[in-house]
Amino acid sequence: MYIYLPIAEMSVNVFLILGMGGAVGFLSGLFGVGGGFLMTPLLIFLGVPAPVAVSTGANQIVASSISGVIAHWRRGNLDFTMGFVLLAGGIVGSSLGVLIFKWLETLGQIDLVIKLCYVIFLGIIGGLMLLESVRTILQVRKSGARRRKLHEHNWMHGLPLKMRFRKSKLYISALLPLGIGCLVGILSAIMGVGGGFIMVPAMIYMLGMRTSMVVGTSLLQIIFVTANVTFLQAISTQTVDVVLAILLLIGAVFGAQFGSQLAVKLKGEQLRVLLALMVVSVCLKLAFDLVATPDDIYSIVVASGG
Amino acid sequence: MSIADRSRLAGIAVIAFALICSASARAQDLIADLSSHRVDITTGFTGADLLLFGSVDDTGDIVVTVTGPKENITVRRKDRVAGIWMNTKSIQFTGAPNFYAVASSRPLEEIAPPEVLARQEIGADQLRLKVANGQDSRAREEVAEFRKALIRRKRAQGLYAQTPGDVTVIASKLFRTQVHFPATLATGIYTAVVYLIRDGRVVHAQTTPLVVEKVGIGAEVYTFAHTRSATYGLAAIIIAVVAGWLAAAVFRKV
Repeated sequence: MYIYLPIAEMSVNVFLILGMGGAVGFLSGLFGVGGGFLMTPLLIFLGVPAPVAVSTGANQIVASSISGVIAHWRRGNLDFTMGFVLLAGGIVGSSLGVLIFKWLETLGQIDLVIKLCYVIFLGIIGGLMLLESVRTILQVRKSGARRRKLHEHNWMHGLPLKMRFRKSKLYISALLPLGIGCLVGILSAIMGVGGGFIMVPAMIYMLGMRTSMVVGTSLLQIIFVTANVTFLQAISTQTVDVVLAILLLIGAVFGAQFGSQLAVKLKGEQLRVLLALMVVSVCLKLAFDLVATPDDIYSIVVASGG
Repeated sequence: MSIADRSRLAGIAVIAFALICSASARAQDLIADLSSHRVDITTGFTGADLLLFGSVDDTGDIVVTVTGPKENITVRRKDRVAGIWMNTKSIQFTGAPNFYAVASSRPLEEIAPPEVLARQEIGADQLRLKVANGQDSRAREEVAEFRKALIRRKRAQGLYAQTPGDVTVIASKLFRTQVHFPATLATGIYTAVVYLIRDGRVVHAQTTPLVVEKVGIGAEVYTFAHTRSATYGLAAIIIAVVAGWLAAAVFRKV
């Protein structure tokens, strides 16, 4: 069954889109990532124009994040204080990111910068997570259930403006989550994603939050970032395809529920290995595309109506 | 009405049309029409086929071209820089039709010499693509290479088509050809031109317009998105919020 997408101006198989939404939604509920870093390349691969893929992806992530946040909230895995401090940083960061994006666009090569950003960040984060979580699993196997310290103390705990995050059992400087939120905001504006795949590891490793708490809290901030992106794209580029978004989100909201149900059953380090593997494989695919000889070294793009 | 039904009706129309023509229109040597003068892009649109048919009172070859609205197209070339393929050179062409199809009763090169084809812009290779202002200093070979690439990419997308032998001529009098429009069709005014070519010269030509338009819910969504963008953006967010909340509520019961 095919349906014509009015903004993307193409027809797509309904079941393919529903399935894609479901798969990405499942991962989003499981890991707390918005799934934009998977959805956007998938949509582009289907032939959806890149701007439409980015804007519509953002719209759909709003839905799957809300569905995921509610599910995590019911289980008490949501730190509102932390979420809003991150969000404050995110708003500053994404405004900066939009400026940087415009500057890169005038230089040309924005496509290459986006791809390189993906490869570098996915590679570093995925690789580090994979190493760390595999090590944890091996250690647990060797020495049984050894009780670890809640988190390591280092220079980051010497920063001023200390704040108490009751839910996360943390007493840290507010500058840390603000900074992380800001950095994620910049990257998400440039890469066109919610930024969950950067935020989740940052919260685990830099803030020392529990993995189960991180997922819900990350989704909370993603709701606002992606809603903002949806609105800005709708008024400035008119590239939000509601028909495509509805199809994607029907699949995604259900997928996210199954994902978050599975998330409570898995152990933190298992969850991290899986997320790391996924991040690394997307990174390898993108890196391969940059190096492999393309089918046709020429490409065409419509400049403007003439 | 399905595409098959349309073709069947059009087939009947061809015969009726031919009878009328032979009786009354002796003076006209070439008469042609399309099975429909509009393509409606509906919610279930997956492409369309139109029948172009007509009668000819003279010997010669029939060539049919269908040209879509013009647009500016940037052609980019990738080169390997430090092991990575990146866009290096680009040329912008103006006046490239979004869609271009040509069908003929025999291969084009057997019908007319290249000068004649070029004058009428018959065949994708003969399209008059101009290099955009400020880029006209490019080497001629380079421009030719980029031009070829544009046509090649358009063909790969199914938007440029060339089908020699696809015009069926019955008893040197009636002709018909099927024009296929892919699902990625742009909206706008298209032009179908039928040429009668004899001894390498265009003897007659007839032009028929064709409108491609979005209709139904799709058209309304598009208009909404472009005329009341802020409301549209808010609506998109509200739909997403409600859908996410509904899903969470449904799953709580289960």
